[in-house]
Amino acid sequence: MDLITPGLGLVFWSLITFFILLVVLKKFAWKPILGAVDERENGIKNALEAADKARMDMENLKADNERILNEARAEREAMLKDAREIKNKMVSDAKDEAQEQATKMIAQAQEAIENEKRSAMAELKNHVASLSIEIAEKVVREELSNKDRQLELVESMLGDAKLN
Amino acid sequence: MTLNTLRAVLFLVFSVTIANSGFAAQEDDNEDNGFNATEMIMHHVKDAHEFHIVDWDNKPISIPLPIILFTDNGLVTFMSSEFNHDDSGSQIVEKNGERFVKYHEKIYQLGSGVDALAFDEEEHPTNATLPLNFSITKNVFMMWVSVLVLFLIFISAARKYDKSTNFIPRGIASFTEPLVIFIRDEVAIPMIGEKKYRKFMPFLLSVFFFIWINNIFGLIPILNGANVSGNIAFTLTLALFTFFITMFSGNKNYWKHIFWMPGVPVPMKIFLAPIEIIGMFVKPFSLTIRLFANITAGHIIILSLMSLIFTFQSIAIAPVSVGFSLFILIIEIVVVAIQAYIFTVLSALYIGMATAEEDNH
Repeated sequence: MDLITPGLGLVFWSLITFFILLVVLKKFAWKPILGAVDERENGIKNALEAADKARMDMENLKADNERILNEARAEREAMLKDAREIKNKMVSDAKDEAQEQATKMIAQAQEAIENEKRSAMAELKNHVASLSIEIAEKVVREELSNKDRQLELVESMLGDAKLN
Repeated sequence: MTLNTLRAVLFLVFSVTIANSGFAAQEDDNEDNGFNATEMIMHHVKDAHEFHIVDWDNKPISIPLPIILFTDNGLVTFMSSEFNHDDSGSQIVEKNGERFVKYHEKIYQLGSGVDALAFDEEEHPTNATLPLNFSITKNVFMMWVSVLVLFLIFISAARKYDKSTNFIPRGIASFTEPLVIFIRDEVAIPMIGEKKYRKFMPFLLSVFFFIWINNIFGLIPILNGANVSGNIAFTLTLALFTFFITMFSGNKNYWKHIFWMPGVPVPMKIFLAPIEIIGMFVKPFSLTIRLFANITAGHIIILSLMSLIFTFQSIAIAPVSVGFSLFILIIEIVVVAIQAYIFTVLSALYIGMATAEEDNH
């Protein structure tokens, strides 16, 4: 019966002892230990979240880089294309102009040649005329030195005139 | 489950053995060895006023402990050594004109003019009174030792945490932390809930480790099985803590469930109220009995096995006794942890029931 009858003394001392144990351990053990564990767990959680965020940022950054790179590439393509077009245009323009210029020059040259020819012809004609007159003068003088001959001439001239 | 069944069977077998041997010893007091297993076991399981270590050369070697009594005339204190190891009530200690004797680990105050205890038929003293006894008994002493050990372990563990090392547990803290985390994650949070468990953590941790370490100390033979956690006064006190914490943290919802059960017809409400009120007191009572009975049973089994050697008076039985004792002792190592855990889980469960919100059923 003693075994299952709680003794007052032991109840009293257990009460006091456990109360002191509770108070002391709460202040000097459970609070610091649980606080440290909590803080560490929060630290780990935060670190994981930060790592996740960093990875996401990195991915975003990478995507951005990719995009910028693509854009740059496209721009370069466009620029090259433009440059090629400009070059082609310039070349063709230059060609046309040169053609035009050449045609013009040829035309001028031909005109000049024509003019020269014409003036040369005129000069030649004049020369030939004066030469003919001289020759004719000489011939006539020669011819008219002889009376017979003068007559013969007049006759032939008359004959021509009749024919006309 | 198997473990408990096994224990129950063994307990039954050996309690029968003890009872038989006890009767045998009583029937024939002149038996040459004079060994009474029941007496020996009860002596070891119960509290004592001195810390008896061993008998040497027919003289007991023991540590005397202070005796503190409140008599009608006030406080009386003396050391237990003044009884001169007597437990039969023959050694009379006289203090302040009051005379005391110790009989079966109880201290009686003798009435005036009485020189010896007189007994009735059931061997209860008839001519002496029991003063209020607040002695530092063996159990109180061992309880304080366990408290010191707990302080040493957990306060030094708490000092191992340092912000500069990111609160990584080192040394003894790396041993205690899994246990603390276990109580938090497997007991407090599931039973009480994420929101409210913090407030009750100090109690749950303290009660778990206090019970566990006292259970362990009870298993160490050189401490003479100071059976602190197998003493009903100790388990009753801890259960009372759980009871009062439950009472004071009980919310409106809890009291409504006790006195006016929601969701049932009115006659049923009236019928349920007394049952719930009884349940309030049954919970701490079951905590008390469970821990006390489990730990005491373990002690009794081991002591019974050891008694076999003396009951049979044969050294040949020793290997069997020692083998079985060792086996039970190893089981007990598991049991003491489980019992501490069960007490803590049930305490947490009761607290959780008292603090549960409206729609949690």
